[in-house]
Amino acid sequence: MEAGTLLVEVGALVFLLSFVARLAATLGISPIPLYVITGLALGEGGALPLITAEEFLEVGAEIGVILLLLMLGVEYAGAELVQGLRTSARVAALDFACNFGAGVAVAVAVGMSAPAALVVGGVTYASSSGVVAKLIDDLGWMGNRETPGVLALLVSEDLIMAVYLPILGVLLIGASAGRATVQLAVALTAVGTALVLAIRFGTLLSRWLFTRFTEAMLLGAFGLALLVAGAAAMIQVSAAVGAFIVGIAISGPAQELSRELLRPLRDLFAALFFTFFSLTVDPRDIPPVLLTAVVLVVVTAATKYAVVVWGAATQGLGPPARRRAGLLMLARGEFSIIIAELGIAAGLDERIGPLAVTYVLLLAVGAPLLLRLQTPPHPALSLS
Amino acid sequence: MMREVDETPLPGVGVRFSFRSGAGRRLSVVVHHTGRRDVYVQAARDPDASEQILELDEGDSQLLAELLGGSRVVHDLERLQHLSSELALDWLVVEADSPADQRSIGQLQLRSTTGVTVVAVLRDGQTLPTPGPDFTLRSGDTAVVVGTPANIRRVRDLLRP
Repeated sequence: MEAGTLLVEVGALVFLLSFVARLAATLGISPIPLYVITGLALGEGGALPLITAEEFLEVGAEIGVILLLLMLGVEYAGAELVQGLRTSARVAALDFACNFGAGVAVAVAVGMSAPAALVVGGVTYASSSGVVAKLIDDLGWMGNRETPGVLALLVSEDLIMAVYLPILGVLLIGASAGRATVQLAVALTAVGTALVLAIRFGTLLSRWLFTRFTEAMLLGAFGLALLVAGAAAMIQVSAAVGAFIVGIAISGPAQELSRELLRPLRDLFAALFFTFFSLTVDPRDIPPVLLTAVVLVVVTAATKYAVVVWGAATQGLGPPARRRAGLLMLARGEFSIIIAELGIAAGLDERIGPLAVTYVLLLAVGAPLLLRLQTPPHPALSLS
Repeated sequence: MMREVDETPLPGVGVRFSFRSGAGRRLSVVVHHTGRRDVYVQAARDPDASEQILELDEGDSQLLAELLGGSRVVHDLERLQHLSSELALDWLVVEADSPADQRSIGQLQLRSTTGVTVVAVLRDGQTLPTPGPDFTLRSGDTAVVVGTPANIRRVRDLLRP
């Protein structure tokens, strides 16, 4: 009886999400904002409050984060990361300083505590690799001259996140200064070592992990990611970063096969994650933070745009290409939500949830709209 | 004339190869990790932008490459094999430390001892057609040879250490 209720609720939710995803595909936008809206509508205080299946969804959401980051790591080869960071080091440093700084400044201005402000800084800093890469592909801009720079900057942001998340994780526990320093040292050493190992010896691990039996490959990659993510969480490194590093280590034939096998799994659990996150946000809490969210959007859109346009100009790109690069990088998505979720889990400022939801909704929808106004999409002749 | 090809990594996507076409516009091929290949041409209105002209899967692009560049080779090869069942064409790599390294085709006496003719040498991405007896082979070269299958096997052994 109870199992039946659970299945009906989860089934109804997933079935509903399929229509949401279909709508997103028809509109040509990322499904993330629509999943978030669905969660808002169904959750506490929403138009259609439901869901007693919270426990199941919570686990599903956690797996969703791990799969999102695992896939992000799988998309990159170790060499690409190093090269991406090298080619975009200067603009990446400025990007972090300005956009993280702007988020922190606005948060402090509205009276948030220091840890909460650090969370908001992360939310406003990280552009969405997934949304941006998909936008470039959808708009047919892969051959443009600004594209390699944009992708390299996204890589740098993802790597910086791998350092930022453990630091945030330690700070959010609120231990004494002495203990926090020790934990921070442990966490950062672990991340640094794991990253170097993943880039250096990823091929060895991948050769060992690889099998042409698809079930074995899927279970191997997914199981290893969960295992490392769990171990990472135990030393406060954040499960997401652990999964990301496993993804980076997977290369060669194992990378190609995992990419193919994990994608459907990621799509399913990521949808649960985005929906679950906004289920926990009461839409009635949004109006009081709306003004703050709009200020945050305007300020951080301006800083992001300015930094990227400057970076594109130093690469000798013309004004239209600079504009395209700047607008592309405005899109926020999965990382902002993952970071906000950490802040909520730590019981920080209760404005973080509604603020992050509004912020991501505005930029995940706004950036693609602005881009489409720039140039109408140019569909290629497809043979499929 | 060889055109210079730029190779740019697209992290998470693949690699982009581009070159300036004879008409002066930049042509780019984006090779996705998935094997998909997209062909772009530089847009007229904005030199940094490009327009996608083709989206190909792996099979499409192989066939297209053959039609664009290799059709004559394929055609000739077929005729050659048709001429005689005894005659074969093969690509042999000159391996490092092989006795043929740094020696000329004349010194190796390929033709007089085996009857095999080197019709071309592929070196550093270039094709050097009809090398003479004083042409010096280097390790890493690929010799395109014509002869009977048995004799080609003897030449292959000569090009190994």
